[in-house]
Amino acid sequence: MPTDNPTGGPADGSTSGDAPRIVFQDVVKKFGDTVVLNGLNFTVAKGERVTLIGPSGSGKTTILRLLMTLEHLTGGYIYVDGDPLTFEERNGKRVERKPKDVARVRRRIGMVFQQFNLFPNMNVLENITEAPIHVLGRSKDEAEARARELLEQVGLGDKADAHPTQLSGGQQQRVAIARALAMDPEILLLDEVTSALDPELVGEVLGVLREVAKNTDITMLIVTHEMQFAQEVSNRVLMFDHGRIIEEAAPDVMFSNPTEPRTREFLQAVL
Amino acid sequence: MGINWDWQDAAGVFPLLLEAFVTKTLVLTVVGSLIAAALGLVWAVALRELPTPVSKVLAWVLDVIRMTPLPLQAFFLYYVFVQLDVMTIAFIVLGVHYSTYMAESYRAGIESIRKGQWEAATALSLPKSRTWRAVIVPQALRATLPSLGNWAIAMFKDTPFLIVIGVAEMVTSAREYGGENFTYVEAFTIAGLIFLAASYPTAVLMRRLEKRLAY
Repeated sequence: MPTDNPTGGPADGSTSGDAPRIVFQDVVKKFGDTVVLNGLNFTVAKGERVTLIGPSGSGKTTILRLLMTLEHLTGGYIYVDGDPLTFEERNGKRVERKPKDVARVRRRIGMVFQQFNLFPNMNVLENITEAPIHVLGRSKDEAEARARELLEQVGLGDKADAHPTQLSGGQQQRVAIARALAMDPEILLLDEVTSALDPELVGEVLGVLREVAKNTDITMLIVTHEMQFAQEVSNRVLMFDHGRIIEEAAPDVMFSNPTEPRTREFLQAVL
Repeated sequence: MGINWDWQDAAGVFPLLLEAFVTKTLVLTVVGSLIAAALGLVWAVALRELPTPVSKVLAWVLDVIRMTPLPLQAFFLYYVFVQLDVMTIAFIVLGVHYSTYMAESYRAGIESIRKGQWEAATALSLPKSRTWRAVIVPQALRATLPSLGNWAIAMFKDTPFLIVIGVAEMVTSAREYGGENFTYVEAFTIAGLIFLAASYPTAVLMRRLEKRLAY
């Protein structure tokens, strides 16, 4: 086993030891001259559901995108089950990890996007089986059986052969959830998954996510404006402003009796 | 002065031209287009995936090929690769020359794909090669196919230039026949009509394809 594992978590991350699921350590993210995150630290425990709230531009989505390796980490480190994600500390130096190593850690993370991002050149079943077959090396039969099971779970058992463009936004997003779950992620990132939906379609998507939260122990990081949903599924809420966590509390406390005036102001505006 | 049109000459030249059309013009266009479409895709992907200095050199080479005339390139290859037969050289010239145009079409097609598609592929941990093959190229191809068709038609009309290296396609055959029998008008008219009969339906087909392929 390679010893590129300074924080002591298991290198394959499958049966993790005591390391937290996610650690952000002194994370800095700049877009050009704009500093979005400036030395952010926080930890997410295994199986925890954490909702990130805050005004737009406060850095919530950037956090998810950094975890999904969709953005380049300007400074600091991110650990998943103790394994460094994109950068590691070696002999006191900050070193970028090899794509192969990044891929190995990234495989434990799944993401659902605001815009669904289904592959329009594939049908629903192919969307869901593509990665299990070509990344996890599952057989086609195995991947399809699992995909059909997941489609049942998201209430789309009859849409396996449908084309994404034939589906409503809510249905597309439920397929996207099934697609992410098909990879058996340990961490699921939900990036404003209902923001692009017509109001009457929001409920069906949140319903599916409530079930996922209830029936699995997947760690979830949630960016949403659906405060009711956040209150129901999350263990902890982080309030962000200008790239910093200004308040952190259990959802019932955060939504009913926040301490910070800035949080109160924000919640009044969105609730 | 009126034009003398002789139906008998026209009928006489027709089978000859049709044969040149099928055995030369059509073969050149089909083989040339396939080479150009394959190479063009290779260029377009390479321009995005190669390290910047290398891809800059490649972009420069493609510019040079695109900005010099096809007959010149035909001559050049003809004298460099004397051992190759002229049809092979013709395939290479048409294929390489038009691959530089098709690469541009592919590039536009690839750029038209929304960023979210790349991001979804990353989120699913699809390797780069699989992302290209399963996600990007199929979508880019759909967006690019009509434009590739138009380049194929342009190539088709460029085939007469290959006379410079002695490829006797239809127009050259028409000239030879016209010279021998003094029936230029008939020969060139028939040649023109054969071109039109082939390229017009293709163009219409491409336009229909374009509409059908839109997501």
